[in-house]
Amino acid sequence: MNYFASDLKVVGTRPIRPDGVEKVTGRAAFGADYVMPGMLWGKVKRSPHAHAKIVKIDASKALALPGVKAVVTGADFPDIPAEEAFIGEGPVNFRDQAYNVIARGKALYEGHAVAAVAATTEAIADAAVALIDVTYEVLPFCIDVADAMKPDAPILHDDLFTAGVDPKPSKPSNISKRVAFKKGDIDAGFKDAEIIVEGRYTTQPVHQAYIEPHACVCAIGADGQVNIISSSQGQFMVRAYTAKLLGMNISNIRATPAEIGGGFGGKTIIYLEPLAVAMSKKSGRPVKMVMTREEVFRASGPTSGATIDVKLGAKKDGTIVAARAEMWYQAGAFPGSPVQPGVMCCFAMYDLPNVEAIGYDVVSNRPKVAAYRAPGAPISTYATESAMDDLARKLSMDPLSLREKNAAKNGTKTHYGPTLVNIGYLETLQAARATEHYRTKLGKHQGRGVASGFWFNIGGESSAAVHIAEDGTVVAVSGNPDIGGSRASIGMMVAEVLGVQPDLVRTIVADTASIGFTHVTGGSRVTFATGMAATQAAERVVEQLKSRAAQIWDIAVEAVEWKDGQAVPAGSNAGAFEPLSIAAIALKSGRTGGPISAEVSLNAQGAGPGFATHLCDVEVDTETGQVTILRYTAVQDVGKAIHPSYVEGQVQGGAVQGIGWALNEEYIYDKNGRMDNPGFLDYRCPVASDLPMVDAVLIEVPNPRHPFGAKGVGEVPIVPPMAAVANAIRDAIGIRLHSLPMSPPKVLDALEKGAG
Amino acid sequence: MSKYHVTTTINGEPVEYLCETQQTLLDVLRNELHLTGSKEGCASGDCGACTVILDGKMVCSCLVLGVETEGKTVTTVEGIAQGDKLHPVQQRFLEYAALQCGFCTPGFIVATKALLDENPNPTETEIRYWLAGNLCRCTGYDKIVRAVQAAAADIRGETVA
Repeated sequence: MNYFASDLKVVGTRPIRPDGVEKVTGRAAFGADYVMPGMLWGKVKRSPHAHAKIVKIDASKALALPGVKAVVTGADFPDIPAEEAFIGEGPVNFRDQAYNVIARGKALYEGHAVAAVAATTEAIADAAVALIDVTYEVLPFCIDVADAMKPDAPILHDDLFTAGVDPKPSKPSNISKRVAFKKGDIDAGFKDAEIIVEGRYTTQPVHQAYIEPHACVCAIGADGQVNIISSSQGQFMVRAYTAKLLGMNISNIRATPAEIGGGFGGKTIIYLEPLAVAMSKKSGRPVKMVMTREEVFRASGPTSGATIDVKLGAKKDGTIVAARAEMWYQAGAFPGSPVQPGVMCCFAMYDLPNVEAIGYDVVSNRPKVAAYRAPGAPISTYATESAMDDLARKLSMDPLSLREKNAAKNGTKTHYGPTLVNIGYLETLQAARATEHYRTKLGKHQGRGVASGFWFNIGGESSAAVHIAEDGTVVAVSGNPDIGGSRASIGMMVAEVLGVQPDLVRTIVADTASIGFTHVTGGSRVTFATGMAATQAAERVVEQLKSRAAQIWDIAVEAVEWKDGQAVPAGSNAGAFEPLSIAAIALKSGRTGGPISAEVSLNAQGAGPGFATHLCDVEVDTETGQVTILRYTAVQDVGKAIHPSYVEGQVQGGAVQGIGWALNEEYIYDKNGRMDNPGFLDYRCPVASDLPMVDAVLIEVPNPRHPFGAKGVGEVPIVPPMAAVANAIRDAIGIRLHSLPMSPPKVLDALEKGAG
Repeated sequence: MSKYHVTTTINGEPVEYLCETQQTLLDVLRNELHLTGSKEGCASGDCGACTVILDGKMVCSCLVLGVETEGKTVTTVEGIAQGDKLHPVQQRFLEYAALQCGFCTPGFIVATKALLDENPNPTETEIRYWLAGNLCRCTGYDKIVRAVQAAAADIRGETVA
């Protein structure tokens, strides 16, 4: 059933979130807040080398230290076959994941885990890590993509042959795959063009930089039954990876999701749980592990740095006739960069006749990349939307008008295949033009940038349940960790269907033994897919409530209607009965068929894609190169905002992460292949004083495939900001910067040279 | 290694504990006293998730040693509400949706209380600079700043009920 055309009482309002009080009083328990009786502390020994053969690991001194109870190395884990993982976000191979959790044979990046130790205190565990003696044979390494692709580059994996090229290469290389999407005739398109712009852009890896480091506490019993409490974007993902990596049955693991302190994609894979379980098995005691911030930077995440070539061809009236992009993404030490979505998203905002988009996934001696908010799209879109700005300038055209002229509409066939439906891209452009922001006059050294972005959004497998308590109050159960307000949105949809106030619905996140399988909190899917499951569960509960009322009244169920949270007779023919509340029906449920509850598991299809258009005003300090954000407006088609405050929050938060990516954030390596800035002092995330208010403008073009019209909202807001900021800087100083981050030294350098 | 005996006041209650000299106040709060509201995001004073008020001054508890609280007064996030009555800062954070994941929230709540204790009428710029030592990766700070402005108005008694 679709509700978005009905008179909604709960959906679209802004109630206080159900988990809010616990979070403002410090009572909410995150991963590191859990303890188990008798638990040990686990710590990881990490490679100091970017690339090295592990010759020998001698743990005898560590094991002799009083208080040390277990040491594990790669030899303690089964060697599992290469197999594409069915979980997580983006392409992940179970064996790569296993080798990333603990090195076998070679350490592939600085920070790669080579051993782990469990001891009675954290201090003893730290001391024991230092006592583990690892003999390395240091190997030549490569950090950047260009070096990794050289003919004489050190090869990370002897069994890696470039996929997607014909003929199949005879020698292994660091290029794991090539992907290409084509539409029309690219050569004819450029021949037809009257104006051409092109450029090469580079970006640096950036970390998701969730404030909560990875943390877990795990225990295995003598019967092989495992309990895991950990912070992640998916308890089912934790369960499956841990089982696969340890060669266990999935059902022997019960994973309980702790509150999660941010993830942004970076917690759709695991690092610690298999180590903790393995050490729990060796020691017979629970093991708690918490990463330090330095470990988070050196060994988890980030997303790719990349090089992107873009070329656009247009007619003098602004009609784009050809668009080409070729990009090389860093995957880190194992294949699996988000280059494919990068290739797919970069032109998806436009209706283009001739497109060629090609990408390469390249491994090098860096930490394995993890998903980060709209994985891949912000990187490629930074380049293509910068080129769009250059094109608008060359055409002397307003940047919004150029985009309007070429905007994808319903029925537009994308360059990667699907035809777009129910989209609201044009509406975001029109709304951006209508803002006061777009009319505000700019001063000296100030500039304005426009950029758009696209993200698919996904649906997928989800489970949710609705239980009516004995007093008629409601428990809603979700299979997804609540990363930023999904308890609120799910509870509100359930309340709307049942016709009750949202504070009567208690929404909880269940462990893996208490609800059906649910895919990770990622892909902007939770309110869409799990919300759909919860809505259907609530609808089934309404059917049960009607049937119970029919029994109580002794009339046909067809003669009962559900209205404003009560059963009422469908008309005068049904009989004259006083309305029955949920509480009144619940009270008699024992006599009418037992408990009233429903669980729905589904595979949600039809997630509507997200489109966003951002406006950014900057001022450039021409003496220091510092860029100040003066104004920022993020316009987005959200389908239907279930809880508008948390939708705005996603939009604002994504935009600000993008601003950090644009201006300051980057992984910096020294000449030995070691990260130079693994802390929040030197890895510079935006702070409150860096920013103005961020205006979130929500456009609602409903998605008919969702009962309330919702589209995923969390990811697309990080797609436009880098180009929006770059285009604003271009407007302010007349120079196009071609590389991120646009930090003060780079801006100053560009100002001095007169070129980016 | 012998432990130090520390006598202090935490959230208005007299507290005694034993700790080693190298243990930070954050470590003591979380692992000895089980006050896990203060979070560890960096252990280097860069993220502010462990912010507490020590003798009226806002500090990162990861940069203070447990032994340094001898004879002093500590307020953690657990001590901001009075029983089941939320502090205006907490109430406004809820109403303004100034939290998403909630991990940085305890630090922001404590830092904001410290700000408004000192200056109940801060400008937006003063709020943004005061909170510049607290990292939030989810919200982009917009709703946090608005919640602080609203809580400040409450504390000044200017809020129209």
